[in-house]
Amino acid sequence: MKYLHLVWAALLRRKTRTAFTLLSVLAAFLLFGMLDAVRTAFDAGTNAAGADRMIVSSRFSIIQPLPYSLLSQIETVPGVKAVAYANWFGGTYQDPKNFFPNFAISPNYLDLYPDIVLPPAERKAFDATRTGAVVGATLAKRFGWKIGDRIPLIGSIFPKRDGDSTWTFDLVGIFKARDAREAGLEQQMLFHWKYFDEANAYYRNQVGWYIVKVADPAQSDRIAQAIDRLSQNSDHETRTETEQAFQLAFAKQIGDIGLIVGGIMAAVFFTLLLLTGNTMAQAVRERVPELAVLKTLGFSNRVVLLLVLAESVLLVALGGVLGLGLAALLLPAVNAAAGGQIVLPPVGLATWTLGIALMLLIGLVVGALPALRGMRLNIVDALAGR
Amino acid sequence: MTALVEIRKLSKTYVRGKQKVEVLHGVDLDIAAGDFLALMGPSGSGKTTLLNLIGGLDTPSAGSITVGGQRIDQLGSGALARWRASHVGFVFQFYNLLPMLSAQKNVELPLLLTRLSAAQRRKNAAIALQLVGLQDRATHKPTELSGGQQQRVAIARAFVSDPALLVCDEPTGDLDRQSAEEVLTLLRRLNREHGKTIVMVTHDPKAAEHATHTLHLDKGELVETAAMAH
Repeated sequence: MKYLHLVWAALLRRKTRTAFTLLSVLAAFLLFGMLDAVRTAFDAGTNAAGADRMIVSSRFSIIQPLPYSLLSQIETVPGVKAVAYANWFGGTYQDPKNFFPNFAISPNYLDLYPDIVLPPAERKAFDATRTGAVVGATLAKRFGWKIGDRIPLIGSIFPKRDGDSTWTFDLVGIFKARDAREAGLEQQMLFHWKYFDEANAYYRNQVGWYIVKVADPAQSDRIAQAIDRLSQNSDHETRTETEQAFQLAFAKQIGDIGLIVGGIMAAVFFTLLLLTGNTMAQAVRERVPELAVLKTLGFSNRVVLLLVLAESVLLVALGGVLGLGLAALLLPAVNAAAGGQIVLPPVGLATWTLGIALMLLIGLVVGALPALRGMRLNIVDALAGR
Repeated sequence: MTALVEIRKLSKTYVRGKQKVEVLHGVDLDIAAGDFLALMGPSGSGKTTLLNLIGGLDTPSAGSITVGGQRIDQLGSGALARWRASHVGFVFQFYNLLPMLSAQKNVELPLLLTRLSAAQRRKNAAIALQLVGLQDRATHKPTELSGGQQQRVAIARAFVSDPALLVCDEPTGDLDRQSAEEVLTLLRRLNREHGKTIVMVTHDPKAAEHATHTLHLDKGELVETAAMAH
């Protein structure tokens, strides 16, 4: 600790250079914090324990439909309280650019989602209208829709049986999310599965996925296994998982997120190694006479080596801690902005541990060569400027 | 008077590329404790090399150097560093202060290698600065001090850990006449009042007048010594 002021003094020798290096380390670890949260979210296990609402979808692919006949079988699984179902529709409004989530849903779907708050009168109107649809407040605001409007959607995946791809819905309700953290729900449009099932050209008696509410969340894992056993060795084997795991699996369709995130982080840290390594090499090169003076005064080779390594580790650790701290502050904001569509975990102990280990490792690696140079410095040559 | 430094058959050869350059040839020299020795001679005569060897900054190619009864030519680099920390103070032509540290912190540097507490280090450094007349400049960085003041800080740093021997390489080479006189007077005080043995390399005959002895080197050999009357 008595040498700390020497390390600080070395760092502050070129304030601008140190500030820019700190910023680059900060940016790298901010990115690490955010991306590690993404990786953690995507690597989250599909263990259903503790969840009171689960999703049953095809084990092979999310786009693979399941038979409607599975509904009654799932309802009989002990511990299952209610079962709803839904189907992805993928319609767009007026222009393919106007994309938003829209689903065909079972009559009891809204009962399983108390997160969606629809005024009772509008719910009643929805139940009574075959072509009725309800939309989230954000979506209604986006397109200026109001109750009573007729909304034409272009069924880009599902044309109607008569060949027309325009589906017209009667807007009978506008819902809100119960919790501001789930504001993403308000970007959805929901309409009747029955209307979809009867009118679409491809599917009959098939659903995209089932939503299962269980009586005792502690039994979720057991119930999930029991549901999956129902269709074992059939052509429609299922995978029952938590809602979050289901949503993440949906997002994973774009590729191996872990690999992508890992690749980006490796590139970022490799760049950081080069950048910080160059800075440290330059910093030590400039201070050769000063290091020679320290050795003249009696500082041993080992102490000089440790001083340079400490400087390097301190630089990376300072930027790294600030970067990870910033990531911890930003993640809740990112989650809020995502409106609950995807929930990134906070920067946890594992991320901090890995981050600090990386800071130490990078600091030691980038400081190694300059530190060895300082350690091997010949005093007479260095003082003579050779 | 007993010899603090005993040098026997000292030679130093440098290898520069494929060339071998013998800088010192079989030098024999005794420096008495409490002496103030000026080393003079033309450029390339081996003055600084001899000073570096006496200060333990370099090791000889042949011969022996004994300082205070210890054969420093036989010490490894770690032991030599420890020996320098406790037995020698250095003063350079260009002061060689650390630019980011205040005068006080520069003077404290050698004390970091001792077991003294932070408070004791501060106290000792303050006393050393007072001795060189710079107590009011303790918080100033080297760039905020004149050349003469910087050299006085360097001298305070050299004696703060109370070494027996001070080695000074052209301590006045970068100073105007008045500052040079102040620095030389200070060195003489350290020699006379505090008993420090001083070995000083200089080109300046006026600076050498402050020493008790002058030794001339030419082409790596001692050519004459002269005792000054003070």
